[in-house]
Amino acid sequence: MDHETLGERLREQGISRRAFLKFCAAMASIMALPPGTANAIADAMSKATRPSVIWLSFQECTGCTESLTRSYTPTLESLIFDMISLDYHHTLQAASGFAAEKSRIDAMRNFYGKYLLVVDGSIPLHDGGIYSTIAGRTNLDLLQEAAKGAAAIIAVGTCASFGGIPNAKPNPTGAVSVSDIIKDKPVVNISGCPPIPAVITGVLAHYLTFGALPELDDLGRPRSFYGETIHDRCYRRPFYDQGKFAKTFDDEGARNGWCLFELGCKGPTTHNACATTKWNGGTSFPIESGHGCLGCSEPHFWDAGSFYSALSMPASALSLSTDAAIAGAAIGVGVSIANRFKKRAAKSVHVTATIADLEKQHE
Amino acid sequence: MSATLNKGIGVLKEIIDAPIASFFSSCVHCGLCAEACLFYTETGDPKYTPIHKLEPLRRVYQQEYTLTGRLTKMLGLSKPVTDDELDAWQPLVYDSCTLCGRCSLVCPVGNDIVYMVRKLREGMAISGHAPDGLVEAAGRSVEIGSPMGVRLPAVKAQMKHVLEDTGIEIPLDVTGAEYMVLMSSMEIISFPEYLAAIARIMKQAKKSWTLCSDAFEATNSGIQIGVSDIARVLVQRIVDGAEKLKVKTVISPECGHAYTALRWEGPNLIGRPYTFDVLHILEVLDGFYDQGLLKISGFEEARLTFHDPCQLVRRGGVLEEPRKLLKLVANNYVEMSDPGKMNWCCGGGGGVSAIDEAENLRLVAFKTKKSQLEATGAKTLVTACANCRIVLEEGLEHYKMNVHVTGLTEMIADHLATAEINSREMP
Amino acid sequence: MNEVLFLTWVRGMGLNIAIGIFVLGTLLRLLEIYTLGRKPDLATPRHRAGASGLHTVFRRSLPPPGMFKKSPASYVAGYVFHIGLFIVVLLSAQHIKLIQSLTGVWWPNLPAQFIDAATVVTLAAMVLVLVERINKPVKRFLSTFEDYAAWMLTFLPVLTGYLATHHLLLPYTAMLALHIISVELLLVFLPFTKLMHVFTLWGSRWYNGDVNAKKGVAV
Repeated sequence: MDHETLGERLREQGISRRAFLKFCAAMASIMALPPGTANAIADAMSKATRPSVIWLSFQECTGCTESLTRSYTPTLESLIFDMISLDYHHTLQAASGFAAEKSRIDAMRNFYGKYLLVVDGSIPLHDGGIYSTIAGRTNLDLLQEAAKGAAAIIAVGTCASFGGIPNAKPNPTGAVSVSDIIKDKPVVNISGCPPIPAVITGVLAHYLTFGALPELDDLGRPRSFYGETIHDRCYRRPFYDQGKFAKTFDDEGARNGWCLFELGCKGPTTHNACATTKWNGGTSFPIESGHGCLGCSEPHFWDAGSFYSALSMPASALSLSTDAAIAGAAIGVGVSIANRFKKRAAKSVHVTATIADLEKQHE
Repeated sequence: MSATLNKGIGVLKEIIDAPIASFFSSCVHCGLCAEACLFYTETGDPKYTPIHKLEPLRRVYQQEYTLTGRLTKMLGLSKPVTDDELDAWQPLVYDSCTLCGRCSLVCPVGNDIVYMVRKLREGMAISGHAPDGLVEAAGRSVEIGSPMGVRLPAVKAQMKHVLEDTGIEIPLDVTGAEYMVLMSSMEIISFPEYLAAIARIMKQAKKSWTLCSDAFEATNSGIQIGVSDIARVLVQRIVDGAEKLKVKTVISPECGHAYTALRWEGPNLIGRPYTFDVLHILEVLDGFYDQGLLKISGFEEARLTFHDPCQLVRRGGVLEEPRKLLKLVANNYVEMSDPGKMNWCCGGGGGVSAIDEAENLRLVAFKTKKSQLEATGAKTLVTACANCRIVLEEGLEHYKMNVHVTGLTEMIADHLATAEINSREMP
Repeated sequence: MNEVLFLTWVRGMGLNIAIGIFVLGTLLRLLEIYTLGRKPDLATPRHRAGASGLHTVFRRSLPPPGMFKKSPASYVAGYVFHIGLFIVVLLSAQHIKLIQSLTGVWWPNLPAQFIDAATVVTLAAMVLVLVERINKPVKRFLSTFEDYAAWMLTFLPVLTGYLATHHLLLPYTAMLALHIISVELLLVFLPFTKLMHVFTLWGSRWYNGDVNAKKGVAV
């Protein structure tokens, strides 16, 4: 059993060559490929067989899937479902129970070594992984089984990429990321809470065009989308450079669209494409709607201090200062008293000096 | 009894106070104090950097009075101050420091470096590391009454000379006199003009004054060598004399450190304020002039300049009086560079002129004064300190410079309106 | 530990510890210094306008007569780097925000370009200060390991601050973390090195001014 090519599928869906070329040009653009490559991408993708995709959802909130499916139609992102054969996704598929599990097992058998494994959600390890199970099997078990035959794994969202919110202190379930468990397969992290849909599409397009995963950064994220910080590309950056900052969410500065750094914006430390790709059909991104970046595409953003404290502010309360001041004063007073005694002792042994006292006795 | 390292360290522990702790904690090793010290500027040798001269004191402070120092000492990790080290520091603390205090005026963090050198000398002397010349001078001061060994008969001989020259009898031990006049040994031995000048000035001003047979010597070797116990004995003699004679004011002579010793250190040495005032002779003359008691005639025509004695001006606060008086009698007065409180030392203050080993270095340091003097083109150099005067004369002779040195009081006396003093009345 | 965790640690526990040691050390040092006391001066003071401890606290910020010519590089570099540090530390928005979060007090900031320029000038002046320390015989003679360490402790925060803002050498997150930790090192060592002069120089100037003011000399 094999899938039809992407070209055939698109024609069936009534998508014109023109629309597809436009999609390919957009993909080339967001992946920072030369503009002329759009045709080559289109050709390669038309001929490519739609790959089988198994989508496993673990400890997650379905936000990643929501992000992908609730995007405005018709958008380029929606084309993702035309690019792949989504053989298992327990939220989206019609089948349930044993039928659903059977489709997963079939896909794993039929496309062994060729299917793409997409994971959203983190994997709990504590207590044998019992905190999240599907059909009575732990996430760990399912992941390890599915990973064996996968050509590559795409970790969608910050939970799958870095552990995410379930991993936040004190991490009761022992949640970890995909790459914490799977070491012998290529893993692409498409982080974000949720990730930008176009990035998922972009990675798939790249895989279909070149038959390989895109270049990754040191956190396993595609460099073409995560190479720059939000701050680097933020339209409010000129205000940062001019030192114009909103001090509260409703002050003059906020109304004038000044930089949100002081209100806790994590744009400077966050690598993602929000500022260029934007959300909701290119409408805006969080900073544009007046709220600072939370840093959701970075590991541990959930434990990195308040969302509303500026990066230059303490991430947690300075709990030691009062004790330190008391200790400093106490030790200081102690040393002072000891010094007084020492000085008094020196005075008490002082014998009034005479001329005879100035000559050293030479032996 | 004899000097020991322990006693020296003990004294340093006694004298270390909050200012010293603050100064050492503030030093950033910028080295600017070197630029203010003529021993560095003339030799270019970094070891003469003023703050470096205090290294033993800094270590004692650090090891004894800071928590970190105490802990390192307890662990046996600190380097104790040794006799050898203090011995090595003797040329830095004595030979190459005139206590001129110029460094204290330039330190950017505000350290009063000379305050600390003066204190370090306490420990140096008590641990047996004071120069022989100063120990001997201090011995003569305590035993004979004067660092140069001058006794009362020598003073009486001077009094007789003045009587012969001016016809004025010098009052001795007059109870209830307004002023008690002190002299430095150098004025008794080398500059007898001073006593004659005082006699004539007092006569013109019609003021009652006296010498004191128990306390005619103003100098204080204890201050120079840095032993407060000895300085106290010497100050006490003057206090006793002044209180016995019930004088209103004691006049410190043209001697810089005598003024510092009596005016500023004295009350702190004896532990109480005086019952009388202490004024430098120039302050007295200035007061006389303001009250119309000093009548001057004629001017010095020669090009002349003034050397500010450090202890009188920068360290003593007699800032305006010298120039005010000088301008009464000189119409060809030129100012030396860095005048007033920024003056450069003659190179022989702080006891250095009494240290034989320091002579060569002192003559090297004198080059500063030499070039300052040359720049003025003056042929007469006026000063107000007998020690400066001797050191200047020696320096000028060494460098074969034809400049005449004189004291300001004498110069004023030379210009008293003569009609006033020719009468033979007793004051 | 990844960059974000490292940054969070230096912004959190690291800062907590550093400020703790700084507060403890500074209080201890100030107490051990100023409780040593001093004897009252029994000599009758001479009063003269312009002579007092307070006058000297301010006056000593300017070079005394003749001194500028003696060592112009020391003065120029010294002024530039101290004023530069003042501007960079106290007038950049990020630092004001930090101070505001710690004390509640805030004031207007300067534009980033201005802070940038001040940073570059400060770095240049600090390099000159170091060159002077190495080249000038007196400074070299006086210098100990502590002097070079204190220089480094002061230089690194300025340098890493600049590199972080301009995304040079390392990713911003890592460089920001290095910047903050370099400041923390500075805070930890400040009370126990010559850097303590930021607190004690005022007292030193006051003592010097006060002692000399009693003699009527404005120093």
